Amino acid sequence: MELFGIFFAAFLINNILLIRFIALCSFFGVSTKIDTSIGMSLAVIFVMTISSAVSWLIYHWLLTPCHLEFLRTATFILVIAGLVQLEELYLKKTIPNLYRAMGIYLPLITTNCAILAVAFLAIDYRYGFIQSMVYSLGVSSGYSLAIILFANIRERMELAPIPKWFQGYPIAFLTAALMSLAFLGFTGMFGL
Amino acid sequence: MNLWKDFNRGIIPENPVLRLMIGLCPVLAVSNNAINALGMSVAVAFVLIGSNLVVALVRKQVPDQIRIPIFIIIISTFVTICDYIMQAYYPDLYKALGVFVPLIVVNCIILGRAEAFAYKNPVLNSVLDGAGMSLGFALALGSIGVIRELLGAGSVFGIQLFNATIAATIMILPPGAFITIGFLMAGLNKLENKVQ
Repeated sequence: MELFGIFFAAFLINNILLIRFIALCSFFGVSTKIDTSIGMSLAVIFVMTISSAVSWLIYHWLLTPCHLEFLRTATFILVIAGLVQLEELYLKKTIPNLYRAMGIYLPLITTNCAILAVAFLAIDYRYGFIQSMVYSLGVSSGYSLAIILFANIRERMELAPIPKWFQGYPIAFLTAALMSLAFLGFTGMFGL
Repeated sequence: MNLWKDFNRGIIPENPVLRLMIGLCPVLAVSNNAINALGMSVAVAFVLIGSNLVVALVRKQVPDQIRIPIFIIIISTFVTICDYIMQAYYPDLYKALGVFVPLIVVNCIILGRAEAFAYKNPVLNSVLDGAGMSLGFALALGSIGVIRELLGAGSVFGIQLFNATIAATIMILPPGAFITIGFLMAGLNKLENKVQ
């Protein structure tokens, strides 16, 4: 039940894109087509789960025993950047189909702040290993849900008559505002 | 004259937030009141000017192939300093900004300026470029913060201007950030159209 609460809170109530405003560059950047948003979501789910596991282990088994907690920012970002490279090589060799689906999004993920944010947040919330895995799964599913819904809306908006000054980014922001409003409705569910 | 141009660039012509659309996450997340917005701007200014200074100092020694990891280490050093100073002296602000303080390390503005400007230019120009960019960032963040706080809570910098019960609370909640920046950008588009 506790794990379900963590998942649900990360998935809907504190949706990383629409409520917490993390990783917005990718939210607006790759959401113009449904296909690209699906590719990005796959890549985020894959990388986030692995990198949060690795960063949890590094923080609790390496940095804490050595009293080097102040190095966490530098360590995490380098570890995540290295990990993404490794994952790219591994996927290319073993699961070429999945690699093709994620393709160019994998290297982009290094600069996706959601990955780093989840590593930090899992430590700030004092989650154990299983809890932080569930948490990162919830966050990445929430990311996928929001970005795929948003891409659907944006594809339809291309045909809509939009006032001239609002074309492009302004209308995208206002759409995101309405989605964010809808997600705000989940607040308080299950007493979370 | 050239120095002035380097400083001026970030304020309006290449404003990182409203023109280049980079570094959006902290802008939307911590702009729910003017004081948080100011605190975040100071933190970003410290990191940006510091990293530009150090990158410009070491740029002749840095090998081209591994420059990005070196930049990241320089930036994360400044972010860690900033993180710990804030935690020690401004605990309330630190709590309000939360995870966005360590996340300055992945703010595209900072790595972008290190790569695009500080790596190719002398120290003084780089520091001025950093200062100008930080000012542009602070202006965008500050104006969004003031608008949201005014409409959402009826106050500016914590000073109550009108009764909070008639304020639109939605503006200090997450959707308000999207609404404000959307209208601000549409307004800029209209202004640009008029000038042309």
